[in-house]
Amino acid sequence: MPIHDQGYQRYSGDRTPRGRAWWVIARTGIIDRLRRRRFLALLLFAWSPFVVHAVQLYLGATIVRAAFLAATEETFHTFLSQQRLFVFFITIYAGAGLIASDRQSNALQIYLSKPITRHDYIGGKMLTLALFLAGVTWVPAMLLLLLQFLFSGSLDFVVSHPRLVPAITLASTLHVALAVMTMVALSSLSRSRRFAAMLYAGLVIFAGALDGLLERTTGNPAWVLISPQNTLLLITDALFGETPENAALLALAVAMLAGVLAACVFILERRVRAVDVVA
Amino acid sequence: MTRSDRSDRSDRSVVLENVTVKYGRHEALRDVSVVFPTGAIGLLGPNGAGKSTLIKVLLGLLPPANGRMRVLGYDVSESPLAVRARVGYVPESDAHIPGMTAVSFVAYCGELAGLPRANAMQRAHEVLFYVGLGEARYRNVETYSTGMKQRIKLAQALVHDPELLFLDEPTNGMDPKGRDEMLALVRDIATTKDITLILSSHLLPDVEFACDHVVVLHKGAVAAQGPIATLKRASGRVFELRVKGDEVRFAEAMRAEGLECHGEPGDAMRVYLSEDRSPQLLFQLAERHGVQVRHLRASVPSLEDVFARALGEEI
Repeated sequence: MPIHDQGYQRYSGDRTPRGRAWWVIARTGIIDRLRRRRFLALLLFAWSPFVVHAVQLYLGATIVRAAFLAATEETFHTFLSQQRLFVFFITIYAGAGLIASDRQSNALQIYLSKPITRHDYIGGKMLTLALFLAGVTWVPAMLLLLLQFLFSGSLDFVVSHPRLVPAITLASTLHVALAVMTMVALSSLSRSRRFAAMLYAGLVIFAGALDGLLERTTGNPAWVLISPQNTLLLITDALFGETPENAALLALAVAMLAGVLAACVFILERRVRAVDVVA
Repeated sequence: MTRSDRSDRSDRSVVLENVTVKYGRHEALRDVSVVFPTGAIGLLGPNGAGKSTLIKVLLGLLPPANGRMRVLGYDVSESPLAVRARVGYVPESDAHIPGMTAVSFVAYCGELAGLPRANAMQRAHEVLFYVGLGEARYRNVETYSTGMKQRIKLAQALVHDPELLFLDEPTNGMDPKGRDEMLALVRDIATTKDITLILSSHLLPDVEFACDHVVVLHKGAVAAQGPIATLKRASGRVFELRVKGDEVRFAEAMRAEGLECHGEPGDAMRVYLSEDRSPQLLFQLAERHGVQVRHLRASVPSLEDVFARALGEEI
């Protein structure tokens, strides 16, 4: 008997309701990345600022002579700023291949021949990266807040800083959204994860450097708008209560960020298709 | 949804009504109306005839410029997800999800198609054994040979137990032994597993071996369709003819006489004679046009004859 007669049976089991494919894609992506030791090491290293700040909060809350280390809004602002470096590396490591690798191996036509939509696919890919990034921004920041409460034994700090939780949440969300949308959109432009990584790194580093150079030489702070990352910093500063020197610039920064996100959506709509139509 | 739910749906056919698909200004499909019955149907045509486009439009991956399509009773434009939940697709090009072993890949495809995780994994093992990759199921797909990659594409298309299977050139790049095994699988799926399949190929022997019906596409339009046996009978009597002399002129003379002939210059022509005409006519024509008949033998009508007549190939 040939081997193919041995195994195949018609399937009579259950089927899951439609609309959960995005989670299947995200879960598989997360497991795949967590299997890589270097990535795990990077994730662990990304929590080192959390450990430092946790010790700082402990000392500030328990030792009178170290009261200068006690938590302020700035502590959390600084923490999120420090995490930008890890957001950058994790975005490149976990995000560059999200769509580029699928394009390289023609996997899009496998995905999209299943009962899933392009939005399921893109959503699943984005969630893969977003969960890792939230895991090094929002999660440790909120844990720091929890530790502050535990070490001080009262909710006074949270109550006296009512905008802190929304600021942490919104700033983290914006950091994650910008990194995820930009990386996934750039990943969809290429069949090579390395090229996608270089595009992202180039965009972040080059735009940031150019902004710095132009701001210094012209003295015009509006040049910040050419760098999405620095534009986001301007918004984050405002979220944590730093009054902007120029309110109009802040409004422009928000518009600029919205524009970048819209451009990413446009790219993804154009690039994520089962069939590349070359007319 | 269980198998018993599905058996309530009696419509298992694929119907296209006046479907036109355009890539820019180029019409890949032109006003195609065709009904694919159940069973094994071959989708034949030369490269660029529109076979792959037709499959992609039936999967809802490409929107048609005009026309309506129904697959297994569902309107493709209105319910593409319902269609894709019930069909399997073996793409023409090499396609896999990177960084996965075969069993993970197939189980993942099962989950994407709506199977619960544990069931998808169990089905993945079964299907991989079925396609002959049981021993290699823990290997990374990227290390597979071309033939193995064709088999795993079939496995991922079967894992959710589709009612309809689209196979786009499934024997591309396979060695003769692997090709025979793949065709045996395809035939087995259609005959004993109760899965309707549409096999797109430009290889006539593949279609003739695996299919009962055929739809011939040419330049984006349906050139012929029907059961292979019926189409072959319609070819009438076929003769192999080899002549010495000006073949092209002789072929033109035969056509002027109302005979059909196909073939390559320098090779044996295939000449079709209706029942009321005698082969003697060929000798008379040859004498009249100063060519010598070197070889004339009655032949069995083949799918190649159906194909050649549908495409209107001439010498």
